[in-house]
Order: sequence, then C-alpha cells, then structure tokens
Amino acid sequence: MSEPKKNIKMIQGNTACAEAAIAAGCTFFAGYPITPSTEIAEVLSYRLPMVGGNFIQMEDEIASMGAIIGASLGGAKAMTATSGPGFSLKQENLGFAAMAEIPCVVVNVQRGGPSTGLPTHVAQADVMQARWGTHGDHPIIALCPTSVSDTYRLTLRAFNLSEKYRTPVILLTDELIGHLTEKIELPEPGSIEIINRQKPTVSPEKYLPYESTASLVPPMANFGEGYRYHVTGLVHDETGFPTNDSDKAALMLARLNDKIEKNRDDIVEVEEIHIDYEMETLIIAYGSSARSANRAMITAREEGHKVGLLVLKTIWPFPEKEIQQAMRNAKKIIVPELNLGQIAHEVEWATNRRIPIIKLNRINGESIKPSEIHKVITQG
Amino acid sequence: MSFRYEIRLSGSGGQGLILVGKVLAEAAAIYEGLNATQSQSYGPEARGGASRSEVIISDGDIDYPKAENIDILLALTQEACDKYIADLNENGTLIVDSQLVTHVPEGNFRVIQIPIIQSASERLGKFIVANIIALGIIVKISNIVSLESVQHAIKARVPKGTEEINLKALAEGINLAEEWLNKNS
Repeated sequence: MSEPKKNIKMIQGNTACAEAAIAAGCTFFAGYPITPSTEIAEVLSYRLPMVGGNFIQMEDEIASMGAIIGASLGGAKAMTATSGPGFSLKQENLGFAAMAEIPCVVVNVQRGGPSTGLPTHVAQADVMQARWGTHGDHPIIALCPTSVSDTYRLTLRAFNLSEKYRTPVILLTDELIGHLTEKIELPEPGSIEIINRQKPTVSPEKYLPYESTASLVPPMANFGEGYRYHVTGLVHDETGFPTNDSDKAALMLARLNDKIEKNRDDIVEVEEIHIDYEMETLIIAYGSSARSANRAMITAREEGHKVGLLVLKTIWPFPEKEIQQAMRNAKKIIVPELNLGQIAHEVEWATNRRIPIIKLNRINGESIKPSEIHKVITQG
Repeated sequence: MSFRYEIRLSGSGGQGLILVGKVLAEAAAIYEGLNATQSQSYGPEARGGASRSEVIISDGDIDYPKAENIDILLALTQEACDKYIADLNENGTLIVDSQLVTHVPEGNFRVIQIPIIQSASERLGKFIVANIIALGIIVKISNIVSLESVQHAIKARVPKGTEEINLKALAEGINLAEEWLNKNS
C-alpha cells in the first residue's frame, strides 16, 4: 500500500463540477434538484456556506435561472445545474441572460429524453437545445467534458468565459461523466487562472451598460454600487432602455453575436489524438462518447488501422474550422453520439459532405460500446 | 501493455453495490496508486429494480469506463445474473448468492456459490452488511487490491460508527472465500 497524496481524490464528475465552481469564485447557486445533476446541488448546499457563499433551493427551474441572473447582476459569480426537463424550463431566462449580457453558468447533466425520458440513464440529445433552445439569434457557449478532471477544468473555463464575454455558458455534460468516479489531482488554489468581469472605470453618470466598445464586451457594473441602469430582454440601446430604432437594433444585435463569433478562436477548444496525414479514418466525438471512441481507436491502431480522433471540448460555437483542418486526407468520418445524429449533421455541413460521414447513434440509455465503433472503423 | 481488470456488481437497488464499487475503486486508485473508475446504472426507484455498479482497474489510462469483458461478475439476484452473464469473460468468475440465484447459467467460467445474505444475517446479525461480505469475497478471489487498502477505503467511506461492523463483514467475506477455495481446490 502506498501513502495517499492529499490532493488526489476519487470523486464523481458532479462533485468535481461543484468543487471547480468554488475554485472559480462562484458564491451563489440556485437550483431545483433533478437526476442526474442532484449531487452538484447537494455538494454546493454545504460547500458554499463554508466559503461565505449562498445556496438556495428554488421552487422550480425557471425561478432558479432567474435567481442566478439576479445574483450575477449583483456582482456574484452564479451557477445553476439541471437536466433535460429542467433545461427546457430554463430556456426563456437563458435567452434573457444572453440578451441582457449577464454572465452565468448553466450545467446540464444530460439524461435520456424527450420529456422526462430516462431519468437515470445517459444521453447526449440536448446539444441542439443548448444551441437553439431559446428563441432568436443569440450567442451561446457550450463545453463538453470527457472525464472527472476535465469536468473540473471545463467548469473553471465556463466561469472564465462567462465573465470574459458577459454571456451565459453551458457546461453540457452527461450522466456517465457526472456519475463517474475516478481519480483527480486537484490543482493548487494559486495555480488556477481566474478571470473576473471588467468593471466600469467611468463615473455612474457617464456609464453606458451596453456601450459599443472595441472589445465588443462592455464593462459591467454591480447593482448596489451606485451605477443605476435598466436591464431588459427587449432590444435596447447603449443605455439599456428599450428601442424600436432599426439602426440601433441592428447595431446592438450585431455586437451581441459578434462578441462570440469574432472571438471563436479563443473559445473553441478541441483535442487531436493521432491525427496525421496518414490517417484514413477520423472519429469526431465529445463527452462520454469520446471515451468509447478513444478505446476503439487504440484497439484499431494496434491492428494497423490508420485512425485518429478529434474530441470536441467546445461544442458551441461549432469547431468547423478545426474539423476542416483535422480531416487531412481522411477517407471517412465516424461520428458516434448518444442521439440520432445532431452533431453529425453539423459535421456534414462543416465538411461539405466531401467524404462519407458515418453516423453511429444510440438512444436507449446505454453508452456506445467501443466494439461497435471498432466495427465501423474496420468494416466501413 | 497495461492490464485492465473489470468487475461488475449487480443486484437490486438498495443492496449497497454502488458503495462496494466506490470502496474497491478507491482502494485501487488512492491506496495502491493504480487507476480505477467506478460507474453505475440503476433505475429511478430508491429500492428494488435492477442495479449495477462497475469498477475498472488498470495500471494504464482507462479510456472506456464501462465493463465489456468482465473478469468478476457478482450477482445478488437471479434477474441480474441472467441479464449480465453474457458479458462475462470465458475465463472469468461468477460469484452468486447461492440462495437467491438458483439457476446458474452454464459456461466455461468459474462459479462461486456462497449464501452471502444469509451469512450477513446469521453471522453478523445484520443483513445490510451483505454488500461488504461480497466485497471481502471479491478481494480474496480477485487478488487485485490488498486487504489493507480495502480496510482503509472502508474506513474512509462508510458512515461514522459503522466501521467496526463493516470491517467484520469484510473479514467474514474473506473467510467465506477461503473456505470455498479450500473445498474446491
């Protein structure tokens, strides 16, 4: 037996998410417990008070989303966590947060759907909902972790991106990763990069909460510090008050979407494994399915098959440029996912269907077995 | 080439199999310096319904964290045994509760039949520690983690005040497995 190191823990993905939120500086969580995300609320219900933060269980998911928006306007880093049916309920306020440019983190531990679906079983069928679940052309960022330590890292990143770009960020994990217990080496507190929202440097009278700045991200004042301004879901001008002026609407909506699109290189993250010019088969995967894909790739490579794997850590904005680069001379692409092909369709668009895209889908609540992917690698 | 050892613990919800999985994985990963994952699959019920917990132990990276080619299958109900036997490696071991699993599937694998739940009631006076007796049997049969590591992991994981009865249950499981090995060697 070896002496255990203090910062090495065996924890599940949901616990890693909660601990990372605290490390990121989150001081407010509002939620309504739902399987398979409940452990995030459970852990934060006792961890947040330890660091001077607040935990509140709201009457439902709609109110939880409203509460974190309010907390964020007051200056707190705020988070909520949910799954399928709860994520549906959050959509209206999620759109409000995007429109009013309020940083917050929404965790969706995906389970089988539609509706209440398969509450205790894994799925990846909310990827399109994460992108377009709320109405209107809006920017969104969504990150998909593949392990417990990745959940920790990407939760930190979700907070940092939300603060940097004044936008809601979705941590789109799944039941397998959320409930998976594995080893994690927790980083030293001082070694973590923390980004905080930019605060106004002008006096309250001169403050424009939605100013068209060069960075596309206007500084954000905390409510209660003397900077009085209007927050609305209506199209607004630089002061925050509603406007019907089409020129001002065009300007505001362009900036809202541009701040994510023009910074997509900073936001998009992918991992390339064994991608080279010899590669004949490219697998594109994300979340827990990337674990199945990795094993299938290793087995196939041992048998001499030239196969590589592109893991999408950022799923929105979509990594189309990274996919085009990773394709190299591949003759086919395999997209395994726990839905009926939601990301495969995006891959078809990104690659202009130049080579065959093979969809490998499963929606019965079980993960995709590596042997199933291996079969498609070797047999076509 | 790294090794990969797969254990599936199956039965019905409430039998404590997820805890057994967590203790095994923690013994391997925290106290033995190996890599381990523990995953689970269960229904929406708090009690009853099919439940399984899977532990993968390896000295290398564990990519796919679910069991595909099982080395040890524990089945505490007939339903679980029938449902999961197909994934057992042909050189693997099936451990069943001899009173609850009466129809043992045929195959090349080794079968260990022990009255696990009855032993918990009769020898320890608490059927609820049957899960830890099963853990003791698995520790002895698999030899994948040391007894000392498992004892540490139990102390760290079980509710305060129940350490002693759980360590006794672990020892009972080891004894039952030794008795079985002596009889069948």
